[in-house]
Amino acid sequence: MDVRVSGVRKEFDRFPALHDVSLDISSGELIALLGPSGSGKTTLLRLIAGLETPTEGKVFFGDEDASLKSVQERNVGFVFQHYALFRHMTVIDNVGFGLKVRPSASRPSNEEIRRRSSELLDFVQLGGLEKRYPAQLSGGQRQRVALARAMAIEPRVLLLDEPFGALDAKVRKELRRWLREIHDKTMHTTVFVTHDQDEALELADRVVVMSQGKIEQIGTPDQVYDTPNSPFVYGFIGESSSLSVRIDDGEVWLADRALGLKSDAPDGDAALYFRPHDVELVDGCGGCIAGTVIASRRVGATRRVELEIGGAAERVEIEIPADHPAREKSRIAFRPKHWRVFPKV
Amino acid sequence: MTLGFTLAYLTLIVLIPLAGLVWRSASLGWGGMWHVATDARTLNALKISFGTSLVAALINVVFGVIVAWVLVRYRFPGRRIIDAIVDLPFALPTAVAGIALTALYSKNGWIGRWLDPLGIKVAFTPIGITIALIFIGLPFVVRTVQPVMEEIRKEVEEAAATLGATRFQTISRVLLPGLTPAILTGFALAFARAVGEYGSVIFIAGNLPYISEIAPLLIVIRLEEFDYTGATAIAAIMLLISFTMLFVINLIQAWSRRRYGYAT
Repeated sequence: MDVRVSGVRKEFDRFPALHDVSLDISSGELIALLGPSGSGKTTLLRLIAGLETPTEGKVFFGDEDASLKSVQERNVGFVFQHYALFRHMTVIDNVGFGLKVRPSASRPSNEEIRRRSSELLDFVQLGGLEKRYPAQLSGGQRQRVALARAMAIEPRVLLLDEPFGALDAKVRKELRRWLREIHDKTMHTTVFVTHDQDEALELADRVVVMSQGKIEQIGTPDQVYDTPNSPFVYGFIGESSSLSVRIDDGEVWLADRALGLKSDAPDGDAALYFRPHDVELVDGCGGCIAGTVIASRRVGATRRVELEIGGAAERVEIEIPADHPAREKSRIAFRPKHWRVFPKV
Repeated sequence: MTLGFTLAYLTLIVLIPLAGLVWRSASLGWGGMWHVATDARTLNALKISFGTSLVAALINVVFGVIVAWVLVRYRFPGRRIIDAIVDLPFALPTAVAGIALTALYSKNGWIGRWLDPLGIKVAFTPIGITIALIFIGLPFVVRTVQPVMEEIRKEVEEAAATLGATRFQTISRVLLPGLTPAILTGFALAFARAVGEYGSVIFIAGNLPYISEIAPLLIVIRLEEFDYTGATAIAAIMLLISFTMLFVINLIQAWSRRRYGYAT
């Protein structure tokens, strides 16, 4: 089922949570809504589900205007961060709930409901735990039950709100891979919310980066990582360093030195962004960035050094080989291999 | 150490007086006990006491749950005041409540005067007793159910809605079953309190033997007749019935707790 969000704005008590957000999701896609807290990602997910109504704008499922429908009618599978299981029901009753509350005309028989529920439990690898109560399961198991329960109603779209947020790191990684497998088998159109960039990049077909109620960038994991289109995305996804520079006639200047980098950004003050690991060290300096090492620490296979650059004493981080002889107070010169310049606002 | 302290305290405050009661009434012998228990006036008093208490506790369950729900889920001006008012029956001397209710519901009272032409008599009938018992029992239900309700996450309701459950199905299949143990506790407390209530009832009851005479009052009457054994016998019977009912309710709770795994 294609899902289209068109020009949606949402205010809570006059406080805007989303400004004019539009998003096209094609059938069978696995989409991540990624952003810091307060970026509006959960609000957007809840708007698609119908748990919130937009102040303005529409949500389409296929060609149908879903904004006119109630949550109950939208037929979405929603998975909550804290599972939201019905604790007085057994696991199998939880999974079958969505079928049991259907009006009698479309309700399968009791045996059929039981059969389908236990099939789903096998599918999420919880066969044999039918008779347990949610309180008797681990966090990871509960979230699997929640997913089975959401899938039982044959939803048109699966929506997951920080599905792994309440789990510990190890279970999280397992479930991440497992969710990808489930998605590849069922091909449900799936949208999940996360504030964890690794999760988004590893799991999603496309990542929607959000900040302050707006979509900053939509793209494949490679696109948002390799070609961030705003300082925010640069800073939020992966690590980044930035320097204040000046653009003059298409040339990037650091204080009074040209760096030998060309930019089509407009003339004036700007910021140069690059990845700490994506630099080459150079000897001597004609058109490079040079700084004094003020701190250095070993990170895995490489060494991370903090440099103080130029008279303004701006600090940037770069990665150098672990066996590099640089130590505190020594000078290092480098040139970013990939970089972008954003005009100063 | 703490177990010893708890047991010693319980023995001193609860068990010794109760044992004294049983010992005293035992002097009647089985025959005498049977005689007191099957006395028409005693039977009627017990029937009225337990009957009105049961009805009052049931009504309190329904409205207490609604009051708790409103206090937990809705934000409105004056909510904190209403929340405080719920506790009033705890704090108010019960005799004051009894006199106020009698004044309201008697033939010339603010409410009674409208009911009287309809042929509904409240004061000096079991209806009046029930109203007094509803009054003193309400906070027990509200205060036991409220904290459990506060723990119900809004998400659980939202989950039910996304699965297609109507509002009614969400309440009847998701919310209420989850609250059952708390509601049962509230019911048990309100009921137990109502059975033992004296102060607020005797004013509005009118205390007509066989019609609106409650068991606690009959005990007082026996005491005033210096029939101490008769009084303790009625008390022992009440004790037995109350204990049995509380025990059964506790069993139901233990069962539901085991079943729903609320222990964690």
